Amino acid sequence: MRNYKNVIAAYSIMIFLIILVGIFQSWSIALTILNYCLISAVMTIGANIQWGYAGLINFGIMGYTALGGLAVVLVSVEPVKKAWQVGGLNILACIWIIVAIIFVVKFILNRFEKSKLRNYSVASVILGGIILLRVTAAPGIEAIESVDPAKTGFLGGMGLPVLFSWIVGALLAGSLAFVIGKIALGLRADYLAIATLLIAEIIVSIIKHEEWLARGVKNVIGLKRPAPYEIDLQTSEWFINLVTKFNSSKLNLSNSISDKQEALNQMVIDASSVYVKLCFTGLFLTVVIILLIVTQKALYSPWGRKMRAIRDNEEAASAMGKNIVKEHLLIFILGSAIVGLAGAMMVTNDGLFTPGSYRPMRYTFVIWVMVIVGGTGNNFGAILGGFVVWFLWVEAAPIALFLINLFTSHLPETNAVRVHLIESAPYFRFLVIGIGLLLIMRYRPQGIIPEKIIKQ
Amino acid sequence: MDFLNAIIVLLNFTVIPALAYGSQLALGAIFVTLIYAVLRFANFATGDMMSFGTMFAVILTYYFQSLGIGLGVLPTALLTIPFAILMMILYMLIIDKFVFSYYRIKKSPPVQFAMVSVGVMFVTQALIRIIIGPSDRRFLDGEKFILKATEFKEMTGLAEGITLKSTQAITIIVTLIVVSIMFWFLNRTKTGTSMRAYSDNEDLALLSGIDPKRVVLITWVIAGILATIGGVLYGLDKSYRPFVYFNNMLPIFAAAIVGGIGNPFGAFLGGYVIAFAEIFVTYAYKRFISYLLPEHLEPDSLLQLLSTDYKFAVSFSILVIVLLIRPSGIFKGKVI
Repeated sequence: MRNYKNVIAAYSIMIFLIILVGIFQSWSIALTILNYCLISAVMTIGANIQWGYAGLINFGIMGYTALGGLAVVLVSVEPVKKAWQVGGLNILACIWIIVAIIFVVKFILNRFEKSKLRNYSVASVILGGIILLRVTAAPGIEAIESVDPAKTGFLGGMGLPVLFSWIVGALLAGSLAFVIGKIALGLRADYLAIATLLIAEIIVSIIKHEEWLARGVKNVIGLKRPAPYEIDLQTSEWFINLVTKFNSSKLNLSNSISDKQEALNQMVIDASSVYVKLCFTGLFLTVVIILLIVTQKALYSPWGRKMRAIRDNEEAASAMGKNIVKEHLLIFILGSAIVGLAGAMMVTNDGLFTPGSYRPMRYTFVIWVMVIVGGTGNNFGAILGGFVVWFLWVEAAPIALFLINLFTSHLPETNAVRVHLIESAPYFRFLVIGIGLLLIMRYRPQGIIPEKIIKQ
Repeated sequence: MDFLNAIIVLLNFTVIPALAYGSQLALGAIFVTLIYAVLRFANFATGDMMSFGTMFAVILTYYFQSLGIGLGVLPTALLTIPFAILMMILYMLIIDKFVFSYYRIKKSPPVQFAMVSVGVMFVTQALIRIIIGPSDRRFLDGEKFILKATEFKEMTGLAEGITLKSTQAITIIVTLIVVSIMFWFLNRTKTGTSMRAYSDNEDLALLSGIDPKRVVLITWVIAGILATIGGVLYGLDKSYRPFVYFNNMLPIFAAAIVGGIGNPFGAFLGGYVIAFAEIFVTYAYKRFISYLLPEHLEPDSLLQLLSTDYKFAVSFSILVIVLLIRPSGIFKGKVI
């Protein structure tokens, strides 16, 4: 029972901190932080499945996140009909060429013995395929990108509801993980880390530079939302009534009707933003709870025990007849799919897709710090790690600014050291995260909430 | 004549830049590979450590410039390298003492080391940004060009010219000097031999009386030298920007693995393999071909295999291919 007390205490402190932000900064900021904490929690659940359950080190989280984000664009944006007319055929032809290349390569690999000739023929097929692809795609891409380049210039999506894209994001990330897993899972742990890190870079650079796909670095803005828009809320009767009801005591303080109206307007604007964020919080919380239940069930099922056995002693598990390669591939796909889901959730929350913002620092290493700090192998720990680290990541700058001001208050305003420190306050987040990670690795390597094995 | 022009186009736009870039990668890759061979972990703080050493060189360059000390035609940064190296080695030793040595004594698995190095990466990045800030800085002074395209054209009377930037020449020469001294040290001196023995088989090396502390110390010293020089050369050639250094870690890793991680000579060549591949695959061959073919056959397109946006992606794909076909790298890794 003591373990549960720990968990409850840790989560209560976290909630308390977020409430403190709500009181001291604003409720809107607190909810933004909470939403991102929940998204980070989904990512950490994914990473924890790979690292905590199976001991697979995946530094490619950024790639799956970006792919999840891409799914939102591909699913929810209305199709650009004109772009399809001018260049759709070329793109479809390219897809067929890629499929053909894969089949030819597979055929050669299966049919012939391992030899130099086989390697050269595979290489020449791939090289020839790439040249063919470029020749086919070039006119199509040019035509697509010239269709109203300021607004569209890409193929657009399927115009489906945005929530559907979460599933598609997970599927996309999962299928990518299948390919990567087939290639890289046989590698030693630190090779796997480097390989996945680099493959994620390749994926992001493709998304960044193929503008016909999702506008690349030109970004896609104004994506659909599963929640109502602020503007609609501010004009709808029921919402204004709701705000009036909640704030009736405050509103009654002011005497004149114009004052009252003005105060009410301000409240409606604030409340609409909070309401929208609450809607997102509800959605994300549902996802986190469903995932938590499923992963928790899986962890204590025979399958989970098998995974832990493989993690702790591969040879013994293999001797017991467990198919290690297959299980590793499966768990790699599952974890990546969850990360892809988180990527889709994040883009939905932001309402915009910015491929330029996907950087390994923020989307791979910070997520890893979350998993390590929270507790590997324990889902409650991983989620808590997501909350704690994201909170520090966001709030480190204001806290650092406050501390700098406190400690340098005896110095004059124009003191060079003070000015420099205040300017570099945003970078203290790296310091906090780094030192936090080092301390946890040293003094509590199993994380804040360690893995616990139930003896059955 | 046309043939000569074609060769010169190729030299000017691919070979010379690739040699310079490859040298910078090679220094970083040897740094990665040494740490991997002796201390046995993949150091994810590589890029930021290089950036940290360069930061001192940048600050000292500004300081020397304000004092009026310089090297004339050569960049002042060359003068600051020794001081920057000292600071860098000091920083590395402090990090080793407070962070890495604990895990070394505990004989932690390499994955744990890698995660710890991620922590070091965060801290180093924070220190750099707090000390010097994230902005783009140029600290090159002295003569910019050794040979300008117009001068070359006048000298030879050809239609195409070769531009040789002084930073490119300095990069290649300094790299060759540093790398040859390092290989001489590793292969011919007693300390170097003891390092190789330690990397080969730790237990046997300990039995034969090699002091592990000394080996680790010397590794960090060499690492500090390589990291700082590699970083400063890159900064001179392009510019100093902390974020770019972090990104450079990725092709450096690719170079180290392509060459066979743990093998310094492999890493040295791996740097050039990656650099040449990146530049050859993303270069537009239109001008080159148009000199070779008769006029009516001149190509319309740029004849570019991949656009330059995919520069990094090329090196990573090479890495993936090498990992697939020959995971131990072109030259067998895991020995120095």
